[in-house]
Amino acid sequence: MSEEDSFDALIVGAGIAGCVAGYLLAKEGLQVLVIERGNYAGTKNMTGGRLYTHSLEKVMPGFADQAPVERRVTHEKISFLTDDSAMTVDFQTGRASGPGETSYTVLRASFDKWLMEQAEAAGVQLVPGVRVDELLVKDGKVTGVKAGDEELEAKVVILADGVNSILAEKLGLTKRVAPHNVAVGAKELIELPQDVLEARFNLEGNEGLAWMFAGTPSAGRMGGGFIYTNKNTLSLGVVVGLEGIGDSPKSVPQMLEDFKEHPVVKPLIKDGKLIEYSGHVVPEGGLNMLPKLAADGVMIVGDAAGLCLNVGYTVRGMDLAVASAEAAALTVLEARKSGNYSEAGLAGYRRRLEESFVLKDLSLYKRLPAFLEGNPRMFTAYPKLMVGVMEDLFTIDGTPSLPLMKKMRKRIGDIGFMNLIKDGLAGVRSL
Amino acid sequence: MSTVNVDVKLGIDKFFVDEGNAHIILKENPDKKELKKLINGCPANLYKLRDDGSVQFDYAGCLECGTCRILCGSTILEKWEFPQGTMGIEYRYG
Ligand SMILES: Cc1cc2nc3c(=O)[nH]c(=O)nc-3n(C[C@H](O)[C@H](O)[C@H](O)COP(=O)(O)OP(=O)(O)OC[C@H]3O[C@@H](n4cnc5c(N)ncnc54)[C@H](O)[C@@H]3O)c2cc1C
Ligand code: SF4
Repeated sequence: MSEEDSFDALIVGAGIAGCVAGYLLAKEGLQVLVIERGNYAGTKNMTGGRLYTHSLEKVMPGFADQAPVERRVTHEKISFLTDDSAMTVDFQTGRASGPGETSYTVLRASFDKWLMEQAEAAGVQLVPGVRVDELLVKDGKVTGVKAGDEELEAKVVILADGVNSILAEKLGLTKRVAPHNVAVGAKELIELPQDVLEARFNLEGNEGLAWMFAGTPSAGRMGGGFIYTNKNTLSLGVVVGLEGIGDSPKSVPQMLEDFKEHPVVKPLIKDGKLIEYSGHVVPEGGLNMLPKLAADGVMIVGDAAGLCLNVGYTVRGMDLAVASAEAAALTVLEARKSGNYSEAGLAGYRRRLEESFVLKDLSLYKRLPAFLEGNPRMFTAYPKLMVGVMEDLFTIDGTPSLPLMKKMRKRIGDIGFMNLIKDGLAGVRSL
Repeated sequence: MSTVNVDVKLGIDKFFVDEGNAHIILKENPDKKELKKLINGCPANLYKLRDDGSVQFDYAGCLECGTCRILCGSTILEKWEFPQGTMGIEYRYG
């Protein structure tokens, strides 16, 4: 293949990160090829449900008017669950949010497909149904990709191949993901008649709910449950840390099943029809799993680089995927001017991530994964404590009442005051 | 609490199974402690221990999440790769 046949940029993976990187580069007139192993963009991808729009709004202003988003999140709930009870915090605002503050529930098969259509309209060439097997490396520089017997060359390769980036691993840019840096998610998509769904969740028009559950859904392990409302479906699932999973008394699918049986959840999904079951890994090691982001002729974006944040009450990966794709695209445009695609020529990628919320937020929360991982109390004792206090508050059975402070003291005594103070301090410091 | 039957759930999903070309291969006589990680962790519940103690695994319902590779890629898995292009799970919703 001659120099003229080579692409300006070759992107592996048509998830959110790959589609956005392709879109931005093609828009500037570059010859861009995106290779995806699925039959179209989105077929291999799953998410919990919620896209924070700020970063996509920046690169595609007003996208939500056309994109297949499900519902605008206006209702937030967080519940602490024990086997049979729940303590729930409920937040709802009628305040109109600005474009960059909004978040929407999404389903990836339709959303990624739409994003790729925008990228193709901008000039991207998509090759679906092809698995990239290897990167071509000449004199230490990545020069293209190999799929089967086919070799394709490009000035720069962007790896947007998701959390199990075998390609980055083979190249030595990342190490194989370690169990303590990831969680597995299992999700059901449950269909309900739209009017039933809206009545059950108190929604009007395109209003939507994001609901996180801590405690028993992950059987006391790091993780939790979630429900996101879509137009006429619910995304319902559990996320469970993989470290020590062999010692769990329950399997992940069983946790999901039991979560559906919880008295708070069961009536919400009554007569619902399962229309899809999915599983996916979530990177949540944060800064601790950050790879070398660029090398000669190559950059890593999105989940492939572990750019995802699980801060307990929400998971954020899609907005980071978009922002890292933008940073990589701008870096390609910069490198193109000087014709320097070496590691030094691509150094602007890391700098851009450092200047943006991506690495700032990852730094801010860098102690959180270790704190949550090393502290099972967060997923067992504290949900129990909160539910217990509520039980004390609401149970009137004719026995003489204790003052509230006394009741709380008794509950906290079960955990130990010192533990509570220690966890409180450590928790606040890691947030 | 009812015991989960994941096969029924997988039956609803759309798969293009690459017959005769397994993308994941489990070693023979895998270490039981390692296997337990997969029995617990695989969201598709594809790793099972039969009553007679033998191991059952079928790659056909694989959701390609990579969990087993992360847990046991260097111990009891002989091979783990993504299915060939076009093959495997195809999410209609995601
Ligand atoms: C259960 C769960 C809940 C989550 N909840 C949220 C949430 O509410 N909000 C949020 O913002 N984030 C959430 N996330 C995280 C978010 O889904 C990810 O961060 C995001 O999908 C990453 O996008 P990506 O484009 O980097 O990777 P992916 O979407 O994984 O895309 C990678 C693409 O590369 C392709 N590919 C891989 N290897 C090859 C190859 N060799 N050849 C060709 N193609 C290849 C794949 O088929 C895929 O299309 C959640 C994740 C999970 C699992
Ligand atoms: S990749 Fe995921 S779904 Fe497939 S066998 Fe491994 S753990 Fe199970």
